[in-house]
Formats: sequence, structure tokens, C-alpha cells
Amino acid sequence: MKPESAKPKIAIALGATCSGCDYSLLDLGPSLLDVTDAVEIVYWPTGIDSKLEDLEAVEDGSIDLVLFDGAVVNEDNLEMARLCRKKAKSLVAFGSCGAYGGIPGLINTGSPKKILLEVYQGLPSRSDKSEPLKFEGEGALPKMLGQAYALDQVVDVDVYLPGCPPPLKLVSSLFGDVLSGKPIAKGTYYASSRSVCYECKRVKENKDIATLHRYHEIQPDPKRCLLEQGIICMGPATRGGCEAVCCNQNQPCRGCLGPLPNAEDSGSEMMSALASIVSLSNESKDSDYSAIFDDINDTIGSFYTFTMAKSLLGRRKVE
Amino acid sequence: MSERKRLRIVALLCRWCSYAGADLAGVSRTKYASDVLPIKVPCSARMDPQLVIRAFSEGADGVLLAGCHPGDCHYLKGNYKALRRFMLLKKYTSQMGIEDERLRLEWISASEGARYAEVVNEMSARVAKLGPLNWRREIPIET
Amino acid sequence: MKIGVYICHCGTNIAGVVNVKEVTEYASSLPNVAVARDYKYMCSEPGQNLIGDDIRQYGLDGVVVAACSPTMHEPTFQTAVSRAGMNPYMFQMASIREHVSWVTVDPEEATEKAKKLVEAAAARVSLQEPLAKRRIPVRQSVLVVGGGIAGIEAALKCADAGKKVYLVEKEPSIGGHMAMFDKTFPTLDCSQCILTPKMVEVVRNENIELLDYSEVEEISGHVGDFKVSVVRKPRYVDSTKCTGCGICSTKCPGKAPDEFNMGMSKRKAIYIPFPQAVPLKALIDRDSCLYYQKGICKVCAKFCTAGAIDFDQEPDHLSLEVGAVILATGFKPFDARRAREYGYGKYPNVITSLEFERMTSSSGPTGGKLVLKDGREPESVAIIHCVGSRNVNDNLYCSKICCMQSLKHAHLLKEHIPGVTVYDFFIDLRAAGKGYEEFYRRVMGEGTIMIRGRPALITDVPSAPVEKGKLVVVAEDTILSTVQRYPVDMAILSIGLEAGEDAKELARTFTCSRTADGFFLEKHPKLAPVSTPTAGVFIAGACQGPKDIPDSVAQAAAAAAEALAMMGKGYFELEPYVARVTEELCSGCGVCLNLCAYNALEKDPQTGLTKVVEALCQGCGACVAACPSNALDLDGFKTKQVAAELEGILA
Repeated sequence: MKPESAKPKIAIALGATCSGCDYSLLDLGPSLLDVTDAVEIVYWPTGIDSKLEDLEAVEDGSIDLVLFDGAVVNEDNLEMARLCRKKAKSLVAFGSCGAYGGIPGLINTGSPKKILLEVYQGLPSRSDKSEPLKFEGEGALPKMLGQAYALDQVVDVDVYLPGCPPPLKLVSSLFGDVLSGKPIAKGTYYASSRSVCYECKRVKENKDIATLHRYHEIQPDPKRCLLEQGIICMGPATRGGCEAVCCNQNQPCRGCLGPLPNAEDSGSEMMSALASIVSLSNESKDSDYSAIFDDINDTIGSFYTFTMAKSLLGRRKVE
Repeated sequence: MSERKRLRIVALLCRWCSYAGADLAGVSRTKYASDVLPIKVPCSARMDPQLVIRAFSEGADGVLLAGCHPGDCHYLKGNYKALRRFMLLKKYTSQMGIEDERLRLEWISASEGARYAEVVNEMSARVAKLGPLNWRREIPIET
Repeated sequence: MKIGVYICHCGTNIAGVVNVKEVTEYASSLPNVAVARDYKYMCSEPGQNLIGDDIRQYGLDGVVVAACSPTMHEPTFQTAVSRAGMNPYMFQMASIREHVSWVTVDPEEATEKAKKLVEAAAARVSLQEPLAKRRIPVRQSVLVVGGGIAGIEAALKCADAGKKVYLVEKEPSIGGHMAMFDKTFPTLDCSQCILTPKMVEVVRNENIELLDYSEVEEISGHVGDFKVSVVRKPRYVDSTKCTGCGICSTKCPGKAPDEFNMGMSKRKAIYIPFPQAVPLKALIDRDSCLYYQKGICKVCAKFCTAGAIDFDQEPDHLSLEVGAVILATGFKPFDARRAREYGYGKYPNVITSLEFERMTSSSGPTGGKLVLKDGREPESVAIIHCVGSRNVNDNLYCSKICCMQSLKHAHLLKEHIPGVTVYDFFIDLRAAGKGYEEFYRRVMGEGTIMIRGRPALITDVPSAPVEKGKLVVVAEDTILSTVQRYPVDMAILSIGLEAGEDAKELARTFTCSRTADGFFLEKHPKLAPVSTPTAGVFIAGACQGPKDIPDSVAQAAAAAAEALAMMGKGYFELEPYVARVTEELCSGCGVCLNLCAYNALEKDPQTGLTKVVEALCQGCGACVAACPSNALDLDGFKTKQVAAELEGILA
């Protein structure tokens, strides 16, 4: 075993997260132990017994790699993000929340406080006996920010490893680089620069959709491209690197690995692609287009599931 | 300079029909509102929803997409694609709170100079009523 | 990057509204701009030299000219920069005339808008890349659609130059409307006499393949290489056997109104369209044929010594490959029933100018006699100009030929019927061609009564004994300022010319635009009247707008010259706007593959990725906008270039 001081230091910190990213490290299986042997984990609340003070105590810029998973939604998240930046040599936006704002990014249809109140106090299913949310004094919730942010919207980020959760192959790749001592260049993206379609094993024959279907409405042919069968699959507009696990398991891609390098906004890319191929062989002056998109009631939820915070519009109009 | 704060409305015009129609409006000396600025593209099918969204995000108060009438596209079927993309895009922009009048699709042929001017004036007036969009992509962090 | 920006005054066209000095100053402050100038006429030689000198002196690699519309002068400036050694696609024009100075009232607003457009152009040029036109070979053959005088002329010119010509005519004979005329103004040449030799030449010319009674179904491909599918409609007569003897017609019991004689006489179910028809072959009209309607007769087959009748004939489909197309599809006469005030269709002796033309022809329905429907000669005739033209209810435009045709008719009436009174009702008299004004004087000298006033109505209700049994034309003589009633026996309505019945379909088929009145749109009304925006497709004759025979012939020769120039060169230079795939970004998702109207996208069988077939790509960008990974981009209209233009506008 290498002496402690020679091992690369890493930390894994949490923002507004479900901690699925943390659990994804377990996908490494037994090789996780190789990783933990080879590195010094300074801070990882989910994985080891560490406290915030441990992170605060180290020298600034001394942690070789800090992985931050989760979006930044309240001041606690913000403080943690800034602390991580301070202590990190290289800061990784880990998971879709860190990279793009992730599902918390959908908060940007309103605001954190507004949604919090609506869900925890406004819904009719709330019991009258539960206590109201506290925003001041003891036991108060952390102060909400105006919206949800991706990590690089609040601090400078060096490396990106998106995914919800990050796919095994990419996680292995990252830790492989860490273990080999290879310096990871700023701006490195752990994800393919080709879309999911490149890795998807389904047969692509003819991109021409007659009708759109919700996933449960049909029994999709397991061998054919899902999009061609009328099911909205974000695959064409999403980075690969995940080996298309979802598509190859009959689930349409939801776009968690985010936009491709040349495209800034995967939602609009997908909308353009989808609209181009719906009703394609039927297109003509007399085509009735009035109902072709009737089934799509939530473009944000369908096309910006993980990327809203980093999309070109970023958030719903500020009133 | 007129009192009304000047808007920025971007018009994406297809080269063969709507841009030529706008040219005709010019040749006919038809006067119209000055806050609509044209960008020429080869076909309405070149119009990428991402470009429209980028326009709003970078400060446009309105976006006008114009192409050839259905059946008359110089590239045969480009405008049908433009229409379908516009329909889906409209759902998105509406959901994001961008008012209906700010995003408009019109079919304007090369001989419809008067129509171009009419559409520009109409759109300029409607967007002026709504005021500048001033899209904020992010709420800046105070602390 | 070193950009030169040039702001044109265009005399006072731009400078009269836009503060050009202010715009120039603004331009010089923009990033990458090495020099900014303003000048009175950038398109002039000294203007162009300004640019050339700066390119050499400053080593410019990008140029912006803010002036008129690029449709006007983009090629001019592209050539100018090219001569000075800069790639012509490192150039951008900002239209501050058609899009700013000519349409903006407030000079301050105009100046601001001009600044934004210049900024946008400069930002775009900063990201532009050198491009080169693509050369494609041009087939040495032409498709001429329409066999009227214009089509015939165009076909003969191309054929005489040694090119293969396919002349497609939808009627069973060529000749068009000119074949229906008797005499042509102003020389009173016999129309058939000057036309028929040309018609015969068409058939004799070994370079022309006449596809009579045929229509174009579809056309695909592009300039230099069009693929056309044509259907030859069945005549139910074998053209190779038919001698045109006409016995079948004499024996045929079936009858129908004769289209060539405007319905004023009858023809048989099996018929030859007119005596000088080319080709001189019979055809059967199913609707009036007893065999097709009732399963009986077949007398024609019995009497045809050549055995040419073929009741089971099927349509014939042909595929042609041509380098250029000339549309010469003519016009449609205005339907006089729409001019309800004149009672056409109600009063038998109110006829149209075309019907009168047929009457004057010795082979027409009356054998050349100018008579009323009851066979008597008229004592007085009214000729009414501008029916269907020059009014807000029908067509706003002037049909150009009706005044001369009306004068011709007045002359013919005077010539045939001694003592006849002819009233000629006009709004303005248009006799602008060569010999036309002189003809007008001659007609006036013959005693035709010229009345400046558009008749309000024609009635058969008499208000005085002298009007009994007559048609009364009620009109204001605007020179005398009195409303008068003119009792006449016959009224000839000089109907206008409208765009052909099938103009809409043809425009779609050939990717032509039409103007608001339905005629085909020319590339430029002054400088390119026979070209269309679609490369390789030309127009000639009345389908471009109402015109007389000399102008139709001139345009036909012009269109032929355009086509011949292209074929003579042997190649056509396509614009360099093609789609390109960045292979490393393409995932083979296939979204783009079906989007191309020109089949320019294919899937590489080995890599599964998309490939662009450059020669077919027309640069529309439909695939580029759809590509969800932006692996496809369009040279000359790259996403980053358009985005930069956008930023310049919004800055």
C-alpha cells in the first residue's frame, strides 16, 4: 500500500441530490475496493464517516479531485459548492444534476420556495396535523435560492461526468484515469461525443413517424428503433457513453447524459428532429397538422427532463 | 427618435419567397416599423428551433419566421418541416411563459410585398403592447 | 481576420434617409474591421475599385457592403472581390436600401437599423469560410412545354443550334392561340400563313421530337440534368398509321361543340382539330363517341383504309432527360360571362373577340362571313375594350393586345360590310408597337366611331322605337360628357388575357413562382424577363404576362439563347451551399435521411453514418436544422454564422 501522503486525495460532496450518483459507485463492484485502496477519501458523507469539518480543515486546492453531485438549489448547496471549489484542484460536476441541473432543474418552471410550499403545504393530501414549514429560527430550512442551478452556473468546473446516474463505463473511466495518475485536462467530458443511437442495438430503418404514442399505449417491437415506432426517445439528441442501457432494455432514452458537443440545447435539437420526421411521408399542402402534437402536453418534461437549468432559456419567464 | 422604447424583432426570411417579398416591399417604398431586422436563410427549413430560442435568450423581443406558401417551396417541401417544427416549438415557448404574439410564422410569397409590411407592422404593434421581453436566463445569485 | 466595410449612399436613395457617415463610423468600431468607408455608388467602377484597392493594401480577408438588396448586386461585388484576389464567399451584403432607407420613415430609426444590419453582416463574415462553386455537366437537350408561337420559336432556335428538343403540347395540335387568328395586326398578315410553315418545320426538323397531345407529369433532378416524365394521352388513333385523310370524320355520327371554333359550330366525335393541324392526325373524343358511350357504331374503323383506329389505346409514359426547360404555356382568355353587365351568354349576338376571330376566318364556323346568329349581316357593331382587364373586379392589369385587336376587328368589319357602323368603346388607346399607331390612324380614317368611355351595360330593352330588336350599349362618352345609348346589332367584347388554367399546377411541377395575377414570375422584371429563380427553367411568351406575337417571338428567342448559352458552356456552376457531415459527431441516427427532397443523403452501408451526395444537394438546410447532434452543417449558412448574424442584430 502506498503511504497515505502519496495517494491522490478525493472528496465526494452533495448538493441537492438523491445520492443516486453516490450509489452508482457501488456499480464498480469489487473494484471499488481497489479504488478506495488507491485513494485517500477526505470527505464522502454517503460512503465514509466524515464530517464537514474534515473538508474545511484541508488546505485550499489540496484535494486532487472533488466530485460534486446534485444541483444548487438552496444556500447550503451553494456554500458546499463554493467550499468544494476552494478545496479542489480539479472539480468534477458529477451526475446530471451537477452537470446540467438535472431533475431539480425542473424547479425552474417556478422557484424553489414556490414549489416547496406548493408540494409540502399546498397539496390537499397534506395532513392537517403536520407542522408548517419553518423558514426562520431554530429548525429552519436552508434559505432557498431564486432557482435551481447547475454546478458551473455558480462555480468554475473542470470536468464533467453526467448521467442519472453516471453510467458504469464512464465512472470506471474516470477512476481509471485517477488511478493511473494521468492528469485530467480541464474541460474533459466523460461521455461520448456521439449520440446514444451509435451504441443502441435496435434496428434503424425508416425515420417517419405516423403517430406518436405514450410508452404504455403500445407493445413496442423489441428489435426496432423506439422513435420509429412513435415513442419519444431522446437518444438522437443525447450523448452516449452509457452503452444505451435504457434503449437496449426497452426503455426510451430520457436524455440524462445531456446535449452533444456541437449542440447547446438538447431539448430544442430533439424537438426539431422529432417535428421533422412526424407525418413526413404524409406531408403536403393538404396535410392536417392540427393534431399531430396533441399528445405532447409537457415539452419541458419530455425534452428537458435533465437539462432545463443549462438550456438556452434556462428557466420559465421571470414575472 | 420615437418615444416608444425600440424593440428587437428578428425576422428569419427564406431567400426565395419571403426575402424577395420584403425586397418588393422596399422597391414599392411601403413604409413599415423599423424594429424588425431580417436574417436571410436559404429556406424556411433551415430555421432551427434552437436558433429561435437563442434569439429570445439573447434579447430578442419577438421572432418572425417567414417562408413560401405551402406547395410553393422553392426546395419543394421545406416549409412543411418549418411548420411542424414551429408548432412544437410554440408549445415549448408558451410553456416557458413567452407570450403567443412574440413568435409568429407567416407564409409570404415573392409578390407579397404589401403583406410583408402588414405583418411587420402588426407584429411590431402587438409586441410593443407586451413590452420588451428582456429574457433572464438565470437569476443572479445575491450572496 | 481583417474586414473592410463599405457603406453605399446609392445617390440619395440611402443617404437621403440613413446617416451614412454615422454608420461608417460605427462600422469602424466593430471587431475585426480594418477599414470602413462610405461612397456614393459602390456598384460603379470607382466604387468597386475602392474595395479592390483596400483588399490589396490592407490584406483584407472579408468584405461587407451595405447597399441595395443582395438579390441586386451580390454577384457584382462577389466578382469584384474575386478579381482582387479574395474568395467571393468571404463577402456579405447588408441591405440598407430595400430593407431600411426605402421602408423607414424616421431617419434616426433608419440609421440605428442600418447599424445593426452592418454589425450583423460583419459578425457573420468573421466566421465565413472560403468556398468554391460546383461545376455540374449540362445535358445537351431541352424540354419546351407548350407548342404555341413562343414554344415553336424556342424549339426551332434550339434545334437549329444542333440541340435535341422535346416539344410537349397538351392539345392534339401545336399552334396555340395564334392558329385561331385570321389576320394579325398591324400588317394584316394571314396568321395561318405565317404560322403554318413554322409548324411544319417543327415536324420536319430532325432535332425536334414533337410530343403532341401530351402533358408533363413530374420533373425531378436539377439544372443540367432534369428527369421528366411525360404522358402521351391516347388519341384512340394510331398516329403512325393515320394519314389525316379525314374520311372517318365525314362518316362519324357523333357530334360535339367545336373547341377550335369557340363552340360556334360542331365537330364530330372523331376529328382533326383544324385543317392546318400539326400533326395532321385524327383523335376521338370519348364523351361524344357512340362506341365509348353506348358500345355501338365503330363506323370510323370500318371506313379507315389505313386501319388506324385503335379503341383500346393506352396512355404512353415516357421518361426524358434534359438539361434545360422552357415554359411557353400561353394564356387563358378571360371568361366573358364574368362581365355580367354585357349579357354574354344571354344575348346571342354579344360575342367575344376570339369568337369574332373565328368568324373572320374562311375556314371558320361561318365560312368567313361576318353575320349575326340568324345569318343577317349586322348594320351596326359595338366593340368594347378592356373586358376583364383594368378593373378591380376582374384583373387590374392591362392585357396589352386588346386595343390593337379591337382596331383590327373594326377594320375587318368596314372591309367586309360596306356601310356598317362601327362604334369602338375604349378607356385609353394603347397602340405602342411598331406600326401600331399608324394602323390606328388608318382605322380612324375608315370611319370607325371612336368613343372614349367604358360601357356600363348592354340591354335589349328598347326605350325608343329605333332601339327595337337591337342591342343597346349604354355608355358615357367622357369627351362629350354625356351618357348615350347606342343601338347596335352585334357587340364584340375584347376579352383580356389571363394566366393559363394549369398555371398553378405547372408552377408547382416546375418550381416556379407566380406573381399575384398568376403569371409566371421572372427572375428580374427589367433585366431577366425570361429566366426564373429556378436555375435551368426559363419562360417565354404570354405565360410570363400578356403580350403580342412579336414580343412572344422575341422572348422565345431570348429563352432559347439562355438555354443555349448554358448548353454551349457545357457546365453549370452551382452555388457552393452544400450540407456537410462531421463524421465524428454523426451517430447514424438516421433522422436526416428521409428529409431530403433531392435524395442527397444516404446511409453509408459500412459505417452506418450519413453521407451527403454533393452533386444533388441544393443547400436548403432542411437536414441541417433537423440534425439533433449538429453533425450536419450547411456551407455558407453555418449555424455559427447565422448565430453570429443574430448576435450582431441583438447586440
